Amino acid sequence: MALAPASDNASTSPVVSVEDLHVLFTTPDAVVHAVNGVSFALEAGSVLGILGESGSGKTVTLRALIRLLPAQRCRVEGRVTVAGHEITSLSETALRDVRGTKIAMIFQEPMVALDPVFTIGEQIAETIVRHEGAAHAAAWRRARDLLEMVQIPSATRRLKSFPHELSGGMRQRAMIALALSCRPAVLLADEPTTALDVTVQIQIIVLLRQLQRELGMAVVFVTHDVGVAVEVADRLAVMYAGRFVETGPTETVIERPAHPYTAALLTSTVLGAVSGHRLEAITGTPPDVSLLPMGCSFAPRCRFAVDACCAATPPEFVLEPGHSTRCHRVAAGEIQLTRPGLVERASA
Amino acid sequence: MSAATTSHPLLRVDRLTKHFPVRGGLPGRRQVVQAVDDVSFEVWAGETLGIVGESGCGKSTTARLLMHLVRPDSGTIAFDGKTLGSAMSRRDLHRQMQMVFQDSYSSLNPRLPAAVSIAFGPLVHGVAKPAALGRAADLLQAVGLDPVVFANRYPHELSGGQRQRINVARALALEPRLVILDEAVSALDKSIEAQVLNLLLDLKDRFDLTYVFISHDLNVVRFISDRVMVMYLGKVVELGPVNWIYRQPRHPYTRALLSAMPSMNPRRRTMAAPLFGDPPNPINPPSGCRFRTRCPYAEAICAALQPELAEMPGEDGRAIACHIHRPGSGHSRATQAGLAA
Repeated sequence: MALAPASDNASTSPVVSVEDLHVLFTTPDAVVHAVNGVSFALEAGSVLGILGESGSGKTVTLRALIRLLPAQRCRVEGRVTVAGHEITSLSETALRDVRGTKIAMIFQEPMVALDPVFTIGEQIAETIVRHEGAAHAAAWRRARDLLEMVQIPSATRRLKSFPHELSGGMRQRAMIALALSCRPAVLLADEPTTALDVTVQIQIIVLLRQLQRELGMAVVFVTHDVGVAVEVADRLAVMYAGRFVETGPTETVIERPAHPYTAALLTSTVLGAVSGHRLEAITGTPPDVSLLPMGCSFAPRCRFAVDACCAATPPEFVLEPGHSTRCHRVAAGEIQLTRPGLVERASA
Repeated sequence: MSAATTSHPLLRVDRLTKHFPVRGGLPGRRQVVQAVDDVSFEVWAGETLGIVGESGCGKSTTARLLMHLVRPDSGTIAFDGKTLGSAMSRRDLHRQMQMVFQDSYSSLNPRLPAAVSIAFGPLVHGVAKPAALGRAADLLQAVGLDPVVFANRYPHELSGGQRQRINVARALALEPRLVILDEAVSALDKSIEAQVLNLLLDLKDRFDLTYVFISHDLNVVRFISDRVMVMYLGKVVELGPVNWIYRQPRHPYTRALLSAMPSMNPRRRTMAAPLFGDPPNPINPPSGCRFRTRCPYAEAICAALQPELAEMPGEDGRAIACHIHRPGSGHSRATQAGLAA
């Protein structure tokens, strides 16, 4: 592959650093607290998976990292630093230079994210010309190399294809090529495999992991699918009602969950279930983020909740280096969470 | 399950075929989507038959054909021994067989409150209004929604999980014996999905139901099904008891499909994708075996001859459509007792 790792990766300081991020949306009826104090740091070359259900704030967190949220209707508080640039205070002009070269994003629906009236080649070449001032012919050659890098067959011919002429998996590969065209240090991925069939999904996962290793990128991968998160992420952050309720290495979080929500998510899904027996479902529904309860947001659905849970929002308790939870009962050793017995997949 | 003692299946589908013409295209070259092609299967009373496959494999068209929401080009559907069209009218069929759709919002009339939506079917079928609304209230209770709170709610006032419960209640309003669930839990969050799956298990026991459960989610199908049917480009490739299919998949497509599932074990991640590329277009599918263009074992015989779905002896009725598993088919692996399980 022709691409060298981005230069910012040389230092050991984190390439993404988020401190106490809050995002509020103001509507005529209510103020929606989408993100309520998210902090994390991500080293170059590592993959953070943000796992959460719809409305948990995972996509809003991701969009705040590249400042794609509508400025008129929402308020972003906290510090977001990406590859040495403070995203929250950049001017629009400076932001345009950072997007694409330092940080790029891929989306769930490539058909919506790609421009339908330009060919794949034109879209990639335009990006390279804009950011690197390359000559048109050189940019076009780079575009072909990029399509080969994402394993699109007959790349030269595909450069002249419009998005609607490609299959779903090929479109997703083209979008990855576009996002990587200017060697970003950080790639944001917003459920990029959710709309794909399972045999295509695994191809995209394997490709993303391979490119991430080869290019030394940091990746923030948002998904609602535990299986996908396990396949891609080095570290997991489980998100609920706008907060990271548990963070830790993927193995630790899956094998020894330390928050009742994580444990329930793992045991309530069909992954841990015996065929035909009732699931240990989480009761109730995810909270309305315009009317968050006092204290721990999960308390109304938690079978371990006591009065103290509703008194104050639990802080982050560090259980061991790199593994933390926002459950004071787990931190105090008062409750034992069931470890999920995951079904092994059929050997093929 | 008293009905299970009868000798004929609750639902028998024989050589069902549906091709959709493609509009546009070059004049003189009529193209068709072979959505469902020569599909036969049976559903026994009291069981859950899961149907899995990727997009374009014909699983939803199969559901619509069963409900007669689209008319088949050829083939027959017999419910409880009565052939649809001759011995049974569509109206009679719908008293016995109901369906729940994926999109809980668009499948409810936005201008009807929940109780009226549920009572609508019985009203059409001649039940008096007070009795129909009374039954709607009972069904709301059965699906875990308090009728006092939810009877007068409109679809937009409900969450996705609640709307899907209303859809399930509506499907049960005519006291059907068979319910088709077409991606019924696919749009729900995982924690809500678990609640609805539990509800479906409870209702099946309580009302002696039989399910045809269609989903692209292999984990959910494994959880809920007794038998599983795997489809690829309008054809059944493998059919059998859930444990045979999931523990010892035999058809090369079933094997690829199952090994494409995320591993769920961070220490044993998937290192290579089992298949490359997307499923081919169901317009003009490949000749012979439709999977041969992506199959690692494809040979000349696979392009020449379409494999028939054949039952494997001693495997509880498991059937496979693959030349490898048919001795003497001409495939070089066919002599070696097929793909070792």
